[in-house]
Order: sequence, then structure tokens, then C-alpha cells
Amino acid sequence: MNSCHKTNKMKKLEVCNIKKSFDTLYTLDHVSLSLEENQFVSILGPSGSGKSTLFNIIAGVQQADAGTILIKGEDYTGKTGRISYMYQKDLLMPWRTILENVSIPLILKGTGKRAAEKEATPYFELFGLKGFEDRYPHQLSGGMRQRAALLRTYLFAQDIMLLDEPFGGLDAITKRKMQRWLLEVLDNLKASILFITHDIDEAIFLSDKIYVLSDRPAKVKEVFDVPIERPRDDKVFTCEAFIKIKEAILNLL
Amino acid sequence: MRRPRSTNKFIEIDMLPIFFVAILIILWEIVVKLHIIDAFILPAPSSVVSALINTFDLMWPHITVTVFQAIVGFIVAIILSIIIAVTMDSIAIVKRTLYPIIITSQAVPIVTIAPLFAIWFGFGYLPKIIIVVLVCFFPITISLLEGLASVDKELLNLLKSMGAGRWDIYKLVKFPATLPNFFSGLKISGTYSIMGSVIGEWVGGNMGLGRYMLRVRQSYANDRVFATIVVIVLLSIGVLKIIQFIEKKAMPWQEEKI
Repeated sequence: MNSCHKTNKMKKLEVCNIKKSFDTLYTLDHVSLSLEENQFVSILGPSGSGKSTLFNIIAGVQQADAGTILIKGEDYTGKTGRISYMYQKDLLMPWRTILENVSIPLILKGTGKRAAEKEATPYFELFGLKGFEDRYPHQLSGGMRQRAALLRTYLFAQDIMLLDEPFGGLDAITKRKMQRWLLEVLDNLKASILFITHDIDEAIFLSDKIYVLSDRPAKVKEVFDVPIERPRDDKVFTCEAFIKIKEAILNLL
Repeated sequence: MRRPRSTNKFIEIDMLPIFFVAILIILWEIVVKLHIIDAFILPAPSSVVSALINTFDLMWPHITVTVFQAIVGFIVAIILSIIIAVTMDSIAIVKRTLYPIIITSQAVPIVTIAPLFAIWFGFGYLPKIIIVVLVCFFPITISLLEGLASVDKELLNLLKSMGAGRWDIYKLVKFPATLPNFFSGLKISGTYSIMGSVIGEWVGGNMGLGRYMLRVRQSYANDRVFATIVVIVLLSIGVLKIIQFIEKKAMPWQEEKI
């Protein structure tokens, strides 16, 4: 019936025919997508198109009306505790220091508080948070808080991360810096990323593959591969491939 | 933002209300000393102070009784509030059932039902403690409920995605997030606790500041009545200060925001 289960190659994450309505609001219309090892995939769509609902379903926090979520071929539909996500809001707890905040996923997995903090500490350097372990979130800049939120997501599940407009709340300059920083950090992390955005430039700059979603009810309108070599820098924004994809997406929306 | 004048963070007192009260007290003293108002109607501040000093030994056992009842009642109210608020928060149907009842219960004037407690529970500590519990219970429960309900839903979802169970959510998010509400409820209830204890004593028994106050009033010793009021006010402020101190210790992240 569909290509979902038929592929021979096992995908890191497969989202098959997810359907979801809220009362009378038809939100997701048989959305399917897949994410491969070490791939960076973006979901691009208008605000309110149900992208965040899709993420909640993938993370297992919300139940889909129909469809399945496969992670490395295993069924994780409606199950929490496998993948975590990161929001536009950092969702750091104001009463916990940065170190205490990022070690929460480890504590939830049953690691003791001290062992969890010991395990988290070495990552502070890579995430540009060294020296801020014992600060409270309100003492950090917006960009740093997002990096802490990313570290928390990473410490929960190192192989797949869902990022839901993580830089949406930042100013343009910080946003650009964070995008470059993210690419750099991902080189070291070997993680597969599913990324929600409504910023076309951001999607092309970061991704290997872009799913363009339609208005509600959201379905996959088109899929674009981004054949731009890595490592990428600011020149990407003016290269021919970039402009071609951007044009195609603009025509679509 | 304008900086407070006092450099000592812990004391940080605004002098303006103190000056204002000082002027009022001086005026009061003058008015009584010049016999514009008779001393048996309104005792001069100086005689209130001397009554306070001279009769303090007499008041001391009453103070301990009132404070004891207030503290026991307050602690019981805190425990009860936490249990009820958490139950109401975690089970929707319990909240729907109890919430309007709790609100309505506050419309019943304590002073009118207090005499019944003497009939039901006698003249010992128990009826007074129950009154303190009734007075203190409401502000804590309501502020806890508000705090628990206002926790960021997205944060809860995030923790659920990480596999957090019900208890994890309370321990890691709901309780700490509710602390500011909890303490504002405690501060209101704490000041009420002394008053509740005093009201309870009006109903019966022979110990406590409420009893003592009735007795000195009946003998028209108005300076002692005022001395008792001063003690009650100071005790209430004392309770408030202790709660504020604990609040600062319990929420270090709030202090550093300043």
C-alpha cells in the first residue's frame, strides 16, 4: 500500500501514515517521512500546520489516530522514553542550575544525582557552556540556554533528536551563530536530527533532506534533497544549489 | 531600576513607614497627655509600654499557650493542605467535587461557629487548634492548587517524553514550581495562625492571650489590652519573618534574580 515498510535498508526513524484529528480539526493527513543514520532532515511548513503535533506523536507524548512510528525497525508508536525533543522555549527549570537541568534525563533513567552530573560535565566544553555549570538559567543568554536545552536532549538520547524550531525565539544574529554552531557540534556527535522550522534559509542551510508540509490538514507536499557539500559555511547562502532549492520551495508555498 | 538605599540586603527596611508610625505615636502620646482624650479611654503609648514591661511575666504563660496552639494548628493545616491540594491536582474528579465546597466553606464566619467547638471538643487545646487549622488551611490550599495547575504543560510533556512517571513529575517539576505559591500561602496563613489561636481562646478555657485579653478588658485595664495587642502583632510579624527567612533559604534561585 505504501513504501513505508517495504524498504530493505533499515531506517533510523520511520514515520508511517500518521493521521491525527482533534475533535473537528483535521491536523495530520497520512504523514510519512524517514530519517537515516547521521542525517539532518527538516520539516518545513506554515505555522499551525501541525508540525509540533507530529513531534509529540513521534516522542510518544500524544497518540496518533492511525499510523506507526518505527525506530531502527522497532515499533515505538505511542511509547515515551526513547526520543526526546527540544522546543523554541528552552524549558529549563529556573530552580535548577544548568548542570542540574541537563542531568535530568540521566536521573530519569535511574542514574544517581552525583553520577548523572559527573556524566554530563564533560559535554559542557563542546556545548560552549563551560564555567556555567552552577549558574541558574536566568543568568544565561538566550543562545546559551538553547545550547543547554540541546545538551539535555542529547543526554537523553544520543542517536536521534527532534528539534522543534529551536532557534525561533532568538534574534537574527544569534540565530545565525547558533545554526553554524549546531552544524559544527553535530560533526562531533553523530546524531540523526529531525528539525522543524518555517525558515526556508535555515532548512536549506542545515539539512540533507527537506519535507515541505501543506497547510492543515498537513501532508507531505514535496521532498527535496539538498546536494550541498559539508562542511558548510556562509557561502552556502549564495551558491547556485541553494538558490535553486529556495526557488522551488518558494514556488511551492 | 532605583537601588534600595540600604546596602545590607538582609535588613533592607524602608524608613518611610517607620517615620510615619513614629509621628503618629508621638501625636497620640501628646493627645492623651494633654487630656484631649482621657487615659481610661485611650491609654498613652508610654503607659502601654510600661504595662507591657510590668506585666510581661504575667503574660508569658499565656503567650506560650497561644503560640503552641498556633504552631500545632499551622503545621496540621500545612500537611492537610498539601495532601488535599495534591489529591485534587492529580485526580480531576476530586477537584471538581471539592473546589466549590472549599470556597463556600470560607464564607462561614469562624467566629460564629467557634462556640460550637467548645460544645463539641471541650475547653482544652483541641478546639483552638481546630480553629487555627480552619483559618490557615484555605490560603495554603488555594495557593498550592493555583501553583500546581499553572505548571508549564510543555515542560510536563517534555519530561513525559523522557519517560518520567507521575511521582517524578511531582518531585522534579510540580513541587519546586509551586514553591513560590506555597510560600505566599504560608505567609498569609502564618499571620492568621496567631489570630486564629486568639479567637479560639475567646470561646472558652482559661489560658492564652485571648483569655488574658478578655480578662484585662473586663477590668478596664486598657493599657494592658493594648499591651496584649502589641504582643499579638509582634508574634504575627515574627511568624511572617520566620517564613520569609525559610522562603529565601528554600528558593536560592529567586534571590539571585535580584
